[in-house]
Formats: sequence, structure tokens, C-alpha cells
Amino acid sequence: MSSGALPRWADVVLIPAINLLAALAVAGLLVVIVGESPWVALKALIWGAFGSWDQIGYTLFYTTSLVFTGLAVAIAFHCGLFNIGGEGQAMMGGLGVALVCLALDGWPWPLLFPLAVLGAVAFGGVFAFVPGYLQAARGSHTVITTIMFNFLAAILLNYLLVEVLIAPGEQSPQTIRFDEAGHLPFAYELLGALGIDSGRSPLNISFLLALGVAALVWLLLWRSRWGYELRCVGANEQAARYGGISPGRNVMIVMTISGALAGLMAVNEVMGAQHRLVLGFTAGFGFTGIAVALMGRNHPIGVILAALLFGALYQGGSELAFEIPTFTSDMVVVIQGLVILFSGALENLFRGPIEGWFQRRRLQEAQAAEAAEAGAAEAPG
Amino acid sequence: MGDTGPAMAEGDSAPASLKAPATEPPAIELQGIDKRFGAVHANRAVDLRIDRATIHGIVGENGAGKSTLMNILYGFYQADSGEIRVAGRSARIAGPDDAIAAGIGMVHQHFMLVHNFTVLENLLLGAEERFWVRESFAAARRSLEEIERDYGLEVDPDAVIGELPVGRQQRVEILKILFRGAETIILDEPTAVLTPQETEDLFRILGRLKAEGKTVVLITHKLQEIMAVTDRVTVMRDGAVVGNVDTAETSREQLAEMMVGRKVLLRVEKTPAQPGEPVLSVSGLTVRDAAGRARVEDASFVVRAGEILGIAGVSGNGQSELIEALAGLRTPAAGKIALRGVPLEPQDGPHSLRHKGLCHVPEDRLRMGVVAAFDASETAILGFHDDPAYNGRLLSRRGEIVAHCDRLMSAFDVRPGQPLLRTGSFSGGNQQKLVLAREIERDPVLLLVGQPTRGVDIGAIEFIHRRLIEMRDAGKAILLISAELEEILALSDRIAVMHEGRILGEMPAAQADPQRLGLLMAGITEDAA
Repeated sequence: MSSGALPRWADVVLIPAINLLAALAVAGLLVVIVGESPWVALKALIWGAFGSWDQIGYTLFYTTSLVFTGLAVAIAFHCGLFNIGGEGQAMMGGLGVALVCLALDGWPWPLLFPLAVLGAVAFGGVFAFVPGYLQAARGSHTVITTIMFNFLAAILLNYLLVEVLIAPGEQSPQTIRFDEAGHLPFAYELLGALGIDSGRSPLNISFLLALGVAALVWLLLWRSRWGYELRCVGANEQAARYGGISPGRNVMIVMTISGALAGLMAVNEVMGAQHRLVLGFTAGFGFTGIAVALMGRNHPIGVILAALLFGALYQGGSELAFEIPTFTSDMVVVIQGLVILFSGALENLFRGPIEGWFQRRRLQEAQAAEAAEAGAAEAPG
Repeated sequence: MGDTGPAMAEGDSAPASLKAPATEPPAIELQGIDKRFGAVHANRAVDLRIDRATIHGIVGENGAGKSTLMNILYGFYQADSGEIRVAGRSARIAGPDDAIAAGIGMVHQHFMLVHNFTVLENLLLGAEERFWVRESFAAARRSLEEIERDYGLEVDPDAVIGELPVGRQQRVEILKILFRGAETIILDEPTAVLTPQETEDLFRILGRLKAEGKTVVLITHKLQEIMAVTDRVTVMRDGAVVGNVDTAETSREQLAEMMVGRKVLLRVEKTPAQPGEPVLSVSGLTVRDAAGRARVEDASFVVRAGEILGIAGVSGNGQSELIEALAGLRTPAAGKIALRGVPLEPQDGPHSLRHKGLCHVPEDRLRMGVVAAFDASETAILGFHDDPAYNGRLLSRRGEIVAHCDRLMSAFDVRPGQPLLRTGSFSGGNQQKLVLAREIERDPVLLLVGQPTRGVDIGAIEFIHRRLIEMRDAGKAILLISAELEEILALSDRIAVMHEGRILGEMPAAQADPQRLGLLMAGITEDAA
């Protein structure tokens, strides 16, 4: 994505930071319009995200889900694919997790955890493999098919939760609560065992899974033969064909992996926090993953940082809505939307001027170097 | 094309007396033109004087700054400093409109024509003066007839551009410029897409333009064309003018030396080939495009070990499809291909063919040969990335891959020799050397080479040619496809000519000359002639 006109630090740190500041500035204007002080609001937002152990826990909990969905979008992007179906794939992943947990209800979590991960990976992966296959074999564009598959997943989950998996005697569409033994340990429980008090939040060991998976994605993309192939397909499909790399095969595999990553988000939500399958548990995190990947430059480390930002916005935003009653939860969504707008859609807004500034600076340096050279050449004579 | 084409006689016949007397201001004068793109100093204080009613050549390697200079003159770029004077008066050229108003026109390498418009409609594009197009057309038709009469540029005004051969399309471009009243005409690499006969036609037209008092600026890297038509030559290197000479007082060797900055061997030195067993046998090969049209039709030939078979032809006559079919990138509709006597299987693709000893330097390096976003070491294993040498059980062996790239870079003098630099940051010539290194160092049985020196500097061309000959002498079979007739003649042991998908003739290189090949390239076979 980088055109090479910028030093790497400016591309990776400076531009996202400026985009974020611009988004906050516009958000601040909105706050003024509803008659509140932007400083109070900003403080409430930041305090809400990082003010206490509870709040940090919540922020990291949301971060965990966003790392998974962000990685899903990022890896597909490296193969030249735009997977907008993270939401639906996460829903299906949730179904996989729930089916494993319900079938083996009562098993202890260390045994259940790998199986639930497998369930999430299998359901999310297979669900994304289909659009991948359709693009490879039939040329149906994944952007279109993955959007449509989001609806399919929503409808399927709706049917299953209303008609089939609903807890007996329950009015709202959700399964029974899983047995206590199968719940993933919360971070506060683990830290509590070590004698550290860290409040109460749904942050659980899936967070470590997310970090591990991010590392695996990095190794896969840049340190494996297959990552080479998929990046080659993404960067220059003609060259890939010339090199004997099958674009279709790679499209199918990468979509499957992308879907599996999105599905893993359900391990955090379903098995780690809610302990049952609830309709709408994905809460739009599949879509936010697109913004996370975009802002994270499709690099696992960037994705983790961007996920942290969006996690903080999500958590701080809900605290903000709570603290300032005139500031409704819709306004929080607007702030998130502004961040997505500035870091995603308007990504190039400040890029041009910043590139120009760096170019002018380089030009001056080049001229200065030449002048110095000329001076040095003249000096002895 | 040799030194002694008829075109040269045309250029020489322009009497020196036509040159403007010293008192008349030059058609174009550039003073101290300086232009930077970021850290690249594209033009360094360039002074250039182009006399009226002359053909002025500008030569230089890729990146020497000649296109930048002409784009400044045509208003596409603005100079950082310096002055442009047209006919003695200082001119401010802020865009192509200003250039056209100042009487400067430019024929680009890629024509700027609307393909489904007629000649007349194209001519009028952007010059529709009256409200009713019909009136403009009538006026345009009259002045077109005048121009055609004056310069001997016959073109049917009602012909649709897309149906005209490339040489005619180029004429329309020139007509367009004359129609706008240009006094100075810049042509950027005008012969790249022409047959030798079309090139001669073009040179005749340029001679006529000069005789009528127009000024022609010819940008090219083909030295024999400079020698054939120009009156004066400006040589550029590294953004600066390194010399201005009268064509009559220079030689190709001298110009090449000025361009590169050192002595250059223009002739490829080689011993007669020692052909061995057939390595590639092709019979009755037909390749169809997606629309079902035959792009290669019933092609049959043999390439033996230790020889270079050159395939000549104007670009777009099926050479690309042929080389892609041989490399396993296209499925032939009919015909047989055998490698060392073993017929290829239908499922053979680029991957299995590489294992059978076929390497392929693709024609279009940017589109196919390299991945610009990859670092050089990654591009250097494209197609061989599954070689066990580069792969551990789970992860690839980066150290091995980088070391391999290092070896290729030093063997082929790729600059800068940095395996971790992004491929797209290398110059075209160095990218090409990297691709050649990758394919040649595999020591293949058969090498397919498409346009090995397209966009490559003279110095590198010399090097690439030498490596190909060395490979031939090592007993490898080489199939060479090139749009540069000179390159085909210099390297090949046998030459086949392709026209509209058919192989019209094959001859030993010793019996080939530009005239004979040119007729075949235009589709005129000996029995028809």
C-alpha cells in the first residue's frame, strides 16, 4: 500500500495518528453541538476505556474479538480479496462453538477449549470457503457473495435459535447456559489466584489465543512458502500464474482461513463471556474488523494496535453514554463511524500533503548535499 | 535494420542549405532547464537549440531525461527553473494547450486516438470551433485535403481508426498535429510499433515535413534511425546534455559511447552455432484467444540444442500467444509440442514445465516477470519458490533465499545489489537482469526469451546479449522473440517470421536481411510478391 514516498514510521504511525486526531476533532464539534464540553467528553471516553482494571478488562475483551475479525480481513487482503463476510462467518463460528459446548456439556474447559476452537474454525472456515470456491470456479466476486452470506448466516442462526436450539421455557432466542466447568477462565480469576485484584470483566484467556493467532498469521504470511504464494496472487496474479501458482486454489484456501479467523471471535464471546449462544452476539464486530485491518495496514501488529483502539472506543463510548445522558449511545456509534471514516475512507486525505512535505524536505536535503559536495570540490582548488 | 537502408539516402538528400541561416532565431531554444522529481534530478541545467526546418534527434538511455525534457516542452511538466524560447520569443508553457498555441505538437509513443471514431472525427477532437459539428467537419475536410496534398500523407478521412494499420494510425497523429498548425513536431519513439517498410514511409514523411519548413524532434534509442534521418543529434546522459553533434560528422559507435559514457560493443561477437539434437519440436500448433480467434495458426518449427531460433514480426502478430503456449500459460487448441522428444501432457503447466527444464523470460516483465511489491529476493525465486533449498519443514529459509538473490545479483551485476529492496524500486534494466539471472542460472535445457532488452539500457543490452550467446555455446536451446529486428539479426542462428499468427518463412540468419524480413513481416511472401 505504501508508495515508498514516505518513511515507514510516517506511514505506520504518523498518518494513522493524524487521521485519529482529525476524527476526534470532528467528534468534538458534535459534542459542542449537543451542548457538552468536548474535554469532559474526551476525558469520559478515555477514563471509560482505561480508568480502572474493570474498564481495561472490558477494553481488552473487545480488543480480542476485533483482533480475530481484523486478522480475517487482513489475510484475505494480502491475497487480493475483500472479505466483508466476517460478521456472518463469526456467527457461524458461534454456532460451531455452541454445538461443541452443548454436545459435551459438563466437560472441563481445558478439554473443551481445543474442540471449541476447532468448531469455530470449521464452521467459520467452511462458511467462507463457499464464496471462495464460487470466485475461483465461477468468477462470482467475493465482495458480493460474502455480503449475501452475512444474511444467510443471520437467517440460519435466527431459525436455529428460535426453533431448534432455544432453551426450554425461554422467551428470548438463546440456548441454555453452558455448564460452569466448560467456561473459559476469566482473567480476573487467573490473576486473583495469583493474589492480584483486577476487578471484574469478561476478559478471558481467548486474549492470549488472539495474540498467538496474530503471531501465526505473521509467520504464515511472511515466513512460509504458502504465504509467499498467497501474497504473490494478491500482488500480481499474472506473475503468480507465470510462477506456476494457482490463483483459484489460493483464493479458496485463503477464504477458508479468513473465515476461520473470523469464527474464532466466537470463542471469546460465546465460550469466554456469554456462556450461551445469543442471537446477535457478533454486535457488528465482523464489520468493524474491516476498519481494524485498514487502520492496521493489514499487518498483524497493526491489527492488534488498531483493535485496541477500536476496543477502547467501544468500551469508552459506552461509559461515555452512561456518564453524559445527553450523549446517547447513537452518538458513540457516530464517533466510531468518524474514526472509521477518517482512518478508512479518507485515508488519503492527509497523505498527499504529508508526502509533499517529506518530498520537499528530501529535495532540500539533496540540494544541500550537492551544494556541500560542490563546496568540497572547490575547496582544494 | 542495417546502416544502409533507403531511408538513409532520404535523410542525406536533405540539402544542408535548408538549415536556417544563423541570423534566424532557432525554432526552439531551451535554457538552463532544471527539473527534479523528489530525489531524482531528471534534468540538469539543460541547454538545447533546435534550428528551424531540421530534423533534430535526441538520444539517451532510459532515464537519461529526454522524455522529461520533451514533456516540459509540451507542457506536461513544469521546469523548476530555466527558460523556453519559441522562435526567439520567451514562452510560458503551462500545459499542452499553451504548447499547441505556440505551434508545438507531440506524437506520443502510445497513440492518443479514439478507436471507434473516424480519421476526421479524431482530427477534430478538441478543435471543434463552431457550434454545429457539421460545419466544423466540412471545414476540417477541406484543410485535411490541403495538408494531405502538401505533405503526401494520404489517409481516407472516413476510415475508422481501429481498422487502420498502426503505421496509418501514426499518420493520423501527425495529421492531427499539422491540422492544429504546429510548426515543431516532437515524435517519441515513433518506430517502436512499425515494420521496416512503415518506418521508411515515416522517414519519407519526416523528410517532406522538413522540406516544407517544419521542425521535427525525434526521440529514440535506435541509433541507426538517428543516423538515417537526423541533421543534428543531442545526446543526454543522467539528465544532462553531454553533446551536440552534426549527424554527418558522427557515427553510431561514437553516439553509443557518449550515451553510456564508455566504449560499447554494438556488434555481438559470436562463433557459428553447433546445433545438436532437437530440444523443442512444435508441429501444427494453433492457439485461440477467448473470442475463438486463432492467434497462432498451424505453427511448426524446431529449436535444437546449441542454437538460437529468432522469431521476428511486428508486435501483436501472435508471438506473445506462441511463447505463452510453449510456457504452459495457454492451452493450445491443436498441435503437438515435444520437449527433447517427449510430448507435453495436456496438464503440463508452468510448474511442471520448469521441472522438465524449460525456463521462460516473459515479454512483459512488469506484468508477469516480477512482483513489484515483493522484495528482490522474493522475486528472485518466483516459479522456484517450492525448491527444497528454500523451504524448511514448516517455514521458508529466508537466509537461503537472500543468499541466492545475492549470488544472482553479483553474477548479473544487478544494481543496487540489495536483495531486501522492493523489486519495483529497481530500474527496468536491473529488473530485467534479475529476471534473466533467475531463469538462466537455473541452467535450463530450453530457454524461452521474450523481448530480452525491451526498456533496457545499451550497456545492459550488451551484457544480456553476451549471456544469451554464452548459454547457446553451452549447448542450450533458445527461442528468442523480439520486436527489435536488429536484435533478432544479431543473436539468431535461424530466423522465422510471424505474421497474423502464421509462420511465413524460416531462413538461416546468414541469408536474412532487413529487406527480406520486412516483406515477410508485412505478410508478403515470396511467391506472392
